[in-house]
Amino acid sequence: MNVQQSAIPVLVVLIPLVTSLVLPVLGWWYRPAVFPVALAGLAVTCGTAIIAAYTVVVGGPLHYYLGGWAPPWGIEFRIDSLSVLMLVLLTVITLLIGIYSKHSVLKEIPSKEVPFYTVYLLLVTGLAGLVSTADMFNLYVFLEITSLTSYALVSLGGGAAVVSAFRYVILGTVGAAFYLLAVGYLYSMTGTLNMADLARILPGLYSSTTVLVGFAFFVIGVSIKMALFPMHSWLPGAYSDAPSAVSALIAATTTKVAAYVLIRVMFFVFEPRFSIDVIPVTTVLAWMGSIAMILGSVMAIGQHDFKRMLAYSSVAQIGYIVLGVGLANEMGFTGGVLHIVNHAFMKGGLFLVAGAIVYRTGVREIRGFRNLSGKMPVTAATFTLCAFAMVGIPPTGGFFSKLYLILGAINAGQWVFVAVIVLSSVLALAYLFNVLRFMYFPRDIPLDPEAHPSPSDTITRDEAPWTMLGPMIAVAAGIVLLGLFNGEIVRRFIEPVIPVGLGR
Amino acid sequence: MPSGFNFDFVVGHFNTVTYVVLMMIGFYAMTGKTNLVKKLVGMNIFQWSIILFVVSLAAKRGATIPIALGGHASLDGGTALDAAQYVNPLPHVLMLTAIVVGVAITGVALALLLRIYRRYGTLEEDELLERIRHS
Repeated sequence: MNVQQSAIPVLVVLIPLVTSLVLPVLGWWYRPAVFPVALAGLAVTCGTAIIAAYTVVVGGPLHYYLGGWAPPWGIEFRIDSLSVLMLVLLTVITLLIGIYSKHSVLKEIPSKEVPFYTVYLLLVTGLAGLVSTADMFNLYVFLEITSLTSYALVSLGGGAAVVSAFRYVILGTVGAAFYLLAVGYLYSMTGTLNMADLARILPGLYSSTTVLVGFAFFVIGVSIKMALFPMHSWLPGAYSDAPSAVSALIAATTTKVAAYVLIRVMFFVFEPRFSIDVIPVTTVLAWMGSIAMILGSVMAIGQHDFKRMLAYSSVAQIGYIVLGVGLANEMGFTGGVLHIVNHAFMKGGLFLVAGAIVYRTGVREIRGFRNLSGKMPVTAATFTLCAFAMVGIPPTGGFFSKLYLILGAINAGQWVFVAVIVLSSVLALAYLFNVLRFMYFPRDIPLDPEAHPSPSDTITRDEAPWTMLGPMIAVAAGIVLLGLFNGEIVRRFIEPVIPVGLGR
Repeated sequence: MPSGFNFDFVVGHFNTVTYVVLMMIGFYAMTGKTNLVKKLVGMNIFQWSIILFVVSLAAKRGATIPIALGGHASLDGGTALDAAQYVNPLPHVLMLTAIVVGVAITGVALALLLRIYRRYGTLEEDELLERIRHS
């Protein structure tokens, strides 16, 4: 077998790592250089990821053997077209939020930019490592790098952020500990940690109780990390109390890579038939996802705080991804993966909007958004586009991932899931259009005497600075492009990796 | 001995029983205690129980530490080492990494507790929630 070896899989991890190590020293020597260097690190990582994407699409998966030790003895880094899709997504999002964060950080957490960007780059290291490693234990380490940096970033926010961060630490660690236990169980049965090697050995051991227990712990551990209902209790606090740039960053990345890990291990380390027939995990996941979609949306409707509403909406959107995995057919898989990409852009964009509004007005209550369309037209327009994508209005990306999910549910003969997807979209319409109503048509709403002073009191055009608007517009453009080129993405990145053994 | 209690199973799976008991102690501390430091201690017990378990997987009856018997000379002869003579070193190495991760998490959690205490003046969860509501 001809293996395409390349240093790219490990470079995307090393570039942000080295940058993050340089930053503290640089900050001590010449502070204004920190932001440009961090941004350069992010840009180079992003460029490397794009080169990787090109190479993978043209020539197939890339491998790198760390220290020259061939698997299964050494640690292998491997990117195929699924991981390269995630890699490009993560690096583009982190680059955009990196640009955005400049003013946001200066205003919300002044004089902390050196630790902020150091931890930021470490988070990118963890994310890139998670998607490019092919070693189960290595994955645990990157999972914990990602989590640790998220804890630190969340705690930078004011108010009750430290308490939310602590809650996140406890639950996140339990999730990681379960993952570690799963790795221990699988190692005790197979004696290997390399994913490809595990995939070769495991089919003979599917009836073993140890493997079953290991797999169960794995699913629970990763479910906590990606905040699948009912293990989502850390998420609303962490997302709403974190600084704006951090909310956007972790909402767009950390839960998405956890979903990627679930897909990677469920379908590529184990065969699909294991989680479909041997233990019916996919059925359980599909129902859990459905409950998350409905309850997350219902909880979102009840929120007055904009960021908390978006956080509960994230719980619902994770449900879509998990439902796609749980449908266990090609359409559902495609929809689930596509929704990871789309949701990263949509929710990232919405949190960027939240950040821009907080930056200019300091208002977080939805009631305080009266007439915001007059004051911040570009921000309001971005919100509208993201909201359309969340609800699933064509030609935005959100429409197509939901379409694939619905087709998957129909192919599986599960009409109840079709109903759930439609119902959840209608609920999303309810909470997002409530915000739109305040932004664009405040005259129809009776004035609430207890409402916060809203931007309408001083209606002059006062947009966020360009470093914040640029990334927001780019994300909005990305949402439309993801919709227009969804066929291309599915054909080039998702179809080559659809696991063998999934139903149609 | 109550009927249905399999004593041999418990002895045979001593490491599993130990880790489950430790894990449940940690779980109880995390969920049942209102003091945040006790929650953190519970979280640590939870983690260490798993680390102990994975290390115990390496053990073999009658095996020694994984250093070649007879020094380098035994390797120069070109003879393969008998794996049954040595305990498996890999779980130890993996858990060493896991311990480092655990220490880092504990450090971050303690730093957070410090900031919580400075801000709210308490580490009892019920009082803390009360003060967050009133701030």
